[in-house]
Amino acid sequence: MSQEITGKERYKSGVIPYKKMGYWDSDYVPKDTDVIALFRITPQEGVDHEEAAAAVAGESSTATWTVVWTDRLTACELYRAKAYRSELVPNTGPGTKNEAQYFAYIAYDLDLFEEGSIANLTASIIGNVFGFKAVKALRLEDMRIPVAYLKTFQGPATGIIVERERLDKFGRPLLGATTKPKLGLSGRNYGRVVYEGLKGGLDFMKDDENINSQPFMHWRDRFLYCMEAVNKASAATGEVKGHYLNVTAGTMEDMYERAEFAKSLGSVIIMIDLVIGYTAIQSMAKWARKNDMILHLHRAGNSTYSRQKNHGMNFRVICKWMRMAGVDHIHAGTVVGKLEGDPLMIKGFYDTLRESRTPTSLEHGLFFDQDWASLNKVMPVASGGIHAGQMHQLLDYLGEDVILQFGGGTIGHPMGIQAGAVANRVALEAMILARNEGRDYVKEGPKILETAAKWCTPLKQALDTWKDITFNYESTDTADFVPSTTASV
Amino acid sequence: MMTNVGNRVTQGQFSFLPPLTDKQISAQIKYALKNGWAIGVEYTDDPHPRNTYWEMFGNPMFDLKDPAGILSEINDCRKTYPNHYIRVTAFNSTRGVESPTMSYIVNRPKTEPGFGLIRQEGEGRSIRYTVHSYATDKPETERY
Repeated sequence: MSQEITGKERYKSGVIPYKKMGYWDSDYVPKDTDVIALFRITPQEGVDHEEAAAAVAGESSTATWTVVWTDRLTACELYRAKAYRSELVPNTGPGTKNEAQYFAYIAYDLDLFEEGSIANLTASIIGNVFGFKAVKALRLEDMRIPVAYLKTFQGPATGIIVERERLDKFGRPLLGATTKPKLGLSGRNYGRVVYEGLKGGLDFMKDDENINSQPFMHWRDRFLYCMEAVNKASAATGEVKGHYLNVTAGTMEDMYERAEFAKSLGSVIIMIDLVIGYTAIQSMAKWARKNDMILHLHRAGNSTYSRQKNHGMNFRVICKWMRMAGVDHIHAGTVVGKLEGDPLMIKGFYDTLRESRTPTSLEHGLFFDQDWASLNKVMPVASGGIHAGQMHQLLDYLGEDVILQFGGGTIGHPMGIQAGAVANRVALEAMILARNEGRDYVKEGPKILETAAKWCTPLKQALDTWKDITFNYESTDTADFVPSTTASV
Repeated sequence: MMTNVGNRVTQGQFSFLPPLTDKQISAQIKYALKNGWAIGVEYTDDPHPRNTYWEMFGNPMFDLKDPAGILSEINDCRKTYPNHYIRVTAFNSTRGVESPTMSYIVNRPKTEPGFGLIRQEGEGRSIRYTVHSYATDKPETERY
């Protein structure tokens, strides 16, 4: 029920609760064209949770702290976001060891937003409200983006389907590796690592997020040597190969210059970091679409706001925004590797990136039915602490449309980078073959790898080197709706 | 097997494995059929990485659901073109995919000619690269 005060009383100068200003309406039925946001709210001591939800709705739409008569010059009821539902988060509040948190559902009219602008969308939804005093902590958990709004975005420049067609690679995950060490290699030495990895059997090599243009290796040098490596490996194998040339720079002009140079050298792919910002990402996505370029995004910086459960935003929201913004690849977790990642949550991220439609699935953290309106699909990238011995688990958790990035797991191979790449490729192909044959590849995984290792020495060496390496830490970002299984094995 | 890379074209899903037996190929065909995908057989003497359109050994077999029948098509192609590259491709017509979902090589020449890399030096240090298929050095009718 709305508790809105109406008429003259509503606009008397002074301060009235948000709930009474029209930002709470439990009867509100969201329209198909509404943007809906789900927030996790930890109200301040003594603040009623519905009032907190109304305050978040108010501060992320039209409200300011006091009544303003100028509202009456507008169709203000339309512009007010409406909190319409607030419920206790399972396993929080009285009787548990966690302080009370609430899931608040807030609907925003489509006319609150500029078409095709992530910057504008986020300026409302996460603009001011996260510092608001009435809430102790606030986290944006999920969003429902209406089809009408999605249709104003370009979406991924290339998408999974076209990327595969361009690369002529079907029916298996793609393989990659990040060049290591991250810092200090000269252009010439750097290109050596790229060549070895690609010739050995990887599809892609990759710059790291902080490889831009430093004193030890300026960007033009890196681009030139990397493209020598890419083309030489392509001739050696008969396959299309690529190296993610990171064009991240201090200004858009610099980024465009680097992207143009990558294009002139015949690169199939460039790379940017999340830290360049939403508008820069959208600009690069438009550039990539115009120039037949695959656009790789490294999620550098995301854990500063996505990891803790009570404040910030969930990574699935970043996935949604990035699919709209138009990137082709995004790092989205490995489950079994060295970085944060609960299996259920990661399934939610991957589905968000890859499906045409994602139904509500609370256990995967998906709070809304989301139709993706034929926006291209984003290829998730699994990177960080994974190796050939986990191939069956990776295929099981992550599926086929994914890029498996074995950095250390390629370059750290005892017999060298090519051998490391061979080990990964053989492990992958053996696993795909077995899966397609209908074998229980998850259970038989170690056996399948062992059998292949009998005729493939590099794989045997890889398995011997890394067989006991696992990263079993508790995840911090876990599901609220199931008994959580956070072990990463 | 592939412990010494660089002596064969590694396109497709299974080029790093020992050549597939007929039994293994049949299992892959069954997987495609189970998913409702149509299978096509294609051959070429020029496996350049960007030679997209290999010759079709007939249209994709949209209506053939018998793995043995499909295998016999593959073997017919091998008999006709024993020294060509032959690949099997599965096509998924589901909305949102509408693209190949499998592709693997089932036949290759006894010795693979491979590719050369031609470098055309340009301004500054930039180089324009061309991957050259040695197989195409002779006119098409005289290659085999």
